[in-house]
Amino acid sequence: MMANNNWEVVIGLETHTQLKTNTKIFSGASIQYGAEPNTQADEVSTALPGVLPVLNGQAVECAIKFGLAINAEIPERSVFSRKNYFYPDLPKGYQISQFELPIVAKGAVIIQVPANGKNAAYEKVINITRAHLEEDAGKSNHGVVEGMSGIDLNRAGTPLLEIVTEPDMRSAAEAVAYAKKLHELVQWIGICDGNMQEGSFRCDVNVSVRPKGTEKLGTRREIKNLNSFKFMQEAIEYETQWQIETLEDGGKIQQATVLFNPDTGETKAMRSKEEANDYRYFPDPDLLPLEVTAADKARVQATMPELPEAMKARFESEYGLSNYDAASLTTSRDVADYFVETVKHGAQAKPAANWILGALTAKLNTELNTEHKSIASNPISARLLAALLKRVQDNNISNNAAKQVFEAMWVGEIAGDVDAIIEAKGLKQESDSGAIEGIIDEVLAANPAMVEEFKAGREKAFNALIGQAMKASKGKANPAQVNEILKKKLAA
Amino acid sequence: MALNITDIKRIAHLARIDISEAEAGATLTKLTGILGLIEQMQAVDTTGIVPMSHSQDLVQRLREDVITAINERELFQANAPVLGNGSAEKAVDGGLYLVPKVID
Repeated sequence: MMANNNWEVVIGLETHTQLKTNTKIFSGASIQYGAEPNTQADEVSTALPGVLPVLNGQAVECAIKFGLAINAEIPERSVFSRKNYFYPDLPKGYQISQFELPIVAKGAVIIQVPANGKNAAYEKVINITRAHLEEDAGKSNHGVVEGMSGIDLNRAGTPLLEIVTEPDMRSAAEAVAYAKKLHELVQWIGICDGNMQEGSFRCDVNVSVRPKGTEKLGTRREIKNLNSFKFMQEAIEYETQWQIETLEDGGKIQQATVLFNPDTGETKAMRSKEEANDYRYFPDPDLLPLEVTAADKARVQATMPELPEAMKARFESEYGLSNYDAASLTTSRDVADYFVETVKHGAQAKPAANWILGALTAKLNTELNTEHKSIASNPISARLLAALLKRVQDNNISNNAAKQVFEAMWVGEIAGDVDAIIEAKGLKQESDSGAIEGIIDEVLAANPAMVEEFKAGREKAFNALIGQAMKASKGKANPAQVNEILKKKLAA
Repeated sequence: MALNITDIKRIAHLARIDISEAEAGATLTKLTGILGLIEQMQAVDTTGIVPMSHSQDLVQRLREDVITAINERELFQANAPVLGNGSAEKAVDGGLYLVPKVID
């Protein structure tokens, strides 16, 4: 390992988020994933002569939502441009994108970088340079027919919002924290389904290194099309090390586009940018300038959900949750909504948070969850969890018994009725003090040695007697009452 | 901005146009003339003038996000070029349009 301490890595991200619309950005063809090849490639997607693009209002609305969510300037006027390049999955010979005047200008995202070893967790502001609307290209399939490439234009024209950051990140951890935050945000505001396997959220990462303490940026290489956070971390770490070693060995970094190979964990140059494409951007004469008025912004603002930061602060102040719990509950909107619903149905906030972040999250994350139940659709609805927690709150069942009921509900043992499960399993807590006194009298009579020990000053004997009493009640006695009554009897 | 013969050959390469030495020389003269015209235009003072992005002073109308297209694959692919192997076979396979193999 070289002297990494002498170097600083500088990272910027470009993220393509596929917008949640029904149709393409410039035509009424469906963008449903997984259709038979070219069955969603209409005359605009295939660029037949004489067709014209007509802009999808929903795509514009998604972009405005994003701009509002990152507190960005949204200029009154933006312009679509043609980005010219030649490739068979781009039948027009140009991609309609935005260049000088994007729909979303400067904004910012606050990231939480998790603690790592000796380094504590911290927050950092990542500046967004811009976000612009553009169309996706089609897909090329190589090797289907010998010597040929097969072109599927279903994806051509799918609406994308490309979100570009300033080179503000200084480690792989920061880049991943940003990507995760952005991934969470676009789903939260409902503009992207976030499905990385299907390519709805793809990141290009620009990486360069420079000697620590210097200002001038080094030559960057761009890692293309990362579709998992794990790969992003590995790719950046490998690339950073490779650049440092190359420079320390007296070499030079050539600007290039590189691909990450998950099997080897290495990045490899795909094409050098020496013969870089000149995209010959110019305003697309087929599209008029896009106007976003103050009224448009106000209309979209009215449809915006409460953002994660605001909700987190509210969970802390309104429900007295810890910063950690509030942050964990607001990592996804589904989890936050579930929590709010549970509390609305009468559960106390702190136990609700514990159960959601503990037992329920564990159930959802385990490999045994083969049906991929999600928080929004699992056998234990927020209403059911609240009903269960209320039974703990009113001392009807113990926390341990609640876990058994939870398990039973998860597998759908007695669907939909907490009390019926408590009844069927005989879990109801014994809170009748007469009955508990009876049990304790029996325990005291059966264990004279323990009573002697306690009287001789051994505190441990008290806990042993509690254990005996709980056992005698088959775990059903209310522990607080057992404690109280036992104390009274021993003092007598 | 002055062009030289190397620039011409590079531009021709990027445009995938095969040109001879003689053609390169003639192109150099023509393109230099065009650049002269551009320089003349650039000399005009445009301070305070908003760049025009469209010749009409209108704004973009938006479409409702409703599916209107139907699957016309068969119709479109009936129009695909032939494979080019002497047969009349269309360059389509399993719904895909076939093109000579491209790997970036």
